[in-house]
Amino acid sequence: MTSKNEPQICIVTVTGADRVGIIAKLANTMAEANINIVDVNQKIVEENFVMTMAVDVAKSTSSMEQIKKRLDKVSREMKLNITIQDANIFKAMHRI
Amino acid sequence: MSISVEEVFETVRMTLDHHFDIRTVTLGINLKDCMDRDVDKLAARVGRRIIEKGKLLNKNADFIEYKYGIPITNRRIAVTPVSILLEPLAKKISTAVKLAKALDKAAQKADIDFLGGFGAMVQKGTTRAEENLIDAIPRALSATNRVCGFLNLASTAAGINMNAVEKFGHTLKDLAERTKNGIGCAKIAVFANVPEDNPFMAGAHHGIGEPDFSLNIGISGPGVVRSIVLQNPDCDLTELSEVIKRTVFKITRAGELIGREIAKLMKVEFGIVDISLASTTSAHDSVAEIIEAMGVREVGLPGSTAALAMLMDAVKKGGAMASGNVGGLSGTFIPISEDAGMIRAVQHGSLNLQKLEALTSVCSVGLDMFAVPGNTPADVLSAIIADELSIGVINNKTTGVRVIPVPGKRAGQIVHFGGLLGSAPIMSVPKVASDKFILRRGRIPSPVTAMKN
Repeated sequence: MTSKNEPQICIVTVTGADRVGIIAKLANTMAEANINIVDVNQKIVEENFVMTMAVDVAKSTSSMEQIKKRLDKVSREMKLNITIQDANIFKAMHRI
Repeated sequence: MSISVEEVFETVRMTLDHHFDIRTVTLGINLKDCMDRDVDKLAARVGRRIIEKGKLLNKNADFIEYKYGIPITNRRIAVTPVSILLEPLAKKISTAVKLAKALDKAAQKADIDFLGGFGAMVQKGTTRAEENLIDAIPRALSATNRVCGFLNLASTAAGINMNAVEKFGHTLKDLAERTKNGIGCAKIAVFANVPEDNPFMAGAHHGIGEPDFSLNIGISGPGVVRSIVLQNPDCDLTELSEVIKRTVFKITRAGELIGREIAKLMKVEFGIVDISLASTTSAHDSVAEIIEAMGVREVGLPGSTAALAMLMDAVKKGGAMASGNVGGLSGTFIPISEDAGMIRAVQHGSLNLQKLEALTSVCSVGLDMFAVPGNTPADVLSAIIADELSIGVINNKTTGVRVIPVPGKRAGQIVHFGGLLGSAPIMSVPKVASDKFILRRGRIPSPVTAMKN
């Protein structure tokens, strides 16, 4: 969150059992921190339900630590694995 | 740039299921400019710098950990070899111990679990200050909790300083007697061709060729590599090597990105990525289990050396493609006590000291965290060290030894060190070996392979 003008894209990843209300709950959590949702994808990968949500945290009112803690709460409530990571890590690992 | 769901899932799974982490970020700190003829003034300057930089390292590592969602397990500090700082001071053991205590206190205040550098480069000969440091090791490392030591006892260019090797056998015995289960010996490693930028403890130090500060990263991920090997049970070895390379490429890139960002935040130079696979006591985070997933029934049995050679070569190739700044050890220690698969193999009799030494000759860095009976004579410890260092000297590579003679324990018993250091079965070693050879002392000359100019 060094520059407020450039987008800072993070990927929220949800794995576990698919159920009603996942996106709604996450969208709500993001809105509370003024985080814009850019893209959502979901797929069954190797028999696992996986949803990825690209979000822009540049204008976020919360630190990554605070966002992570809120997502951990959702994770416990909905019995899902939820992670949030800066998108550059995926670019570094999967693109030459 | 668009990243597929599969790619995201692969990365997330590495951390959630396969223990992928950044094993260590180690800040190298130059302390040469803190030198003084008054040990108290030196200790005060050193303390201030370590506390300030250590706190900053923790803060920035926490920030990056949240940003990328990859655990940064250890944050450590490596300093200028302490023998250099001792040069202008009185040649008294108490002076060296005082400095060690100051380093320990600073590390504690900065919340840094291990600080490396209480050591010396003595591959060719020993100055009076270095002699004093070696004499102080038993007291210094038993009176501190966070300070780690190293000695470079040999190099390809200089040969092996057998005076120091002979002496170090006694040093180890003394240190072992002063600490519970000999645990003090886990805090010191001796080397041939020690790298100046190694981020891993116990051997980390900030070499004299380094800048004021340097941030080095040690990546890990035996669990990730094991998982990818298990997913390819039937492919041939050429293909398996490719699969390992691709995986290591990915984890090295993650390490390099994280290292660069932390260095930038700290306004220091980024040093190197060390691409060693480092086992932990967590289930399946084991180099032994990778070897076994490759098709060796138990590590230590025939086939292990070839499998480990291929594994580490693939790791290095993947790492070299991913980062232009590969350095440090970039091999892997194969610690017995920190690797459940290694412990099992020793207990089953598949792995003994002789085979372990053979494994270290092809690729890995050395004999690490292995325990021997407390009544092992000093000259036998020196002989084990001399053998291992000679492999490094002749083959122009780093080798190291971290051996723990556990007081009161016999071969076959097990000793629990706890925490990161795990448990170790006491390995059987001869009581009589090469006493006359070791007592000759002197220097084993540098090998003909050193004459390259």
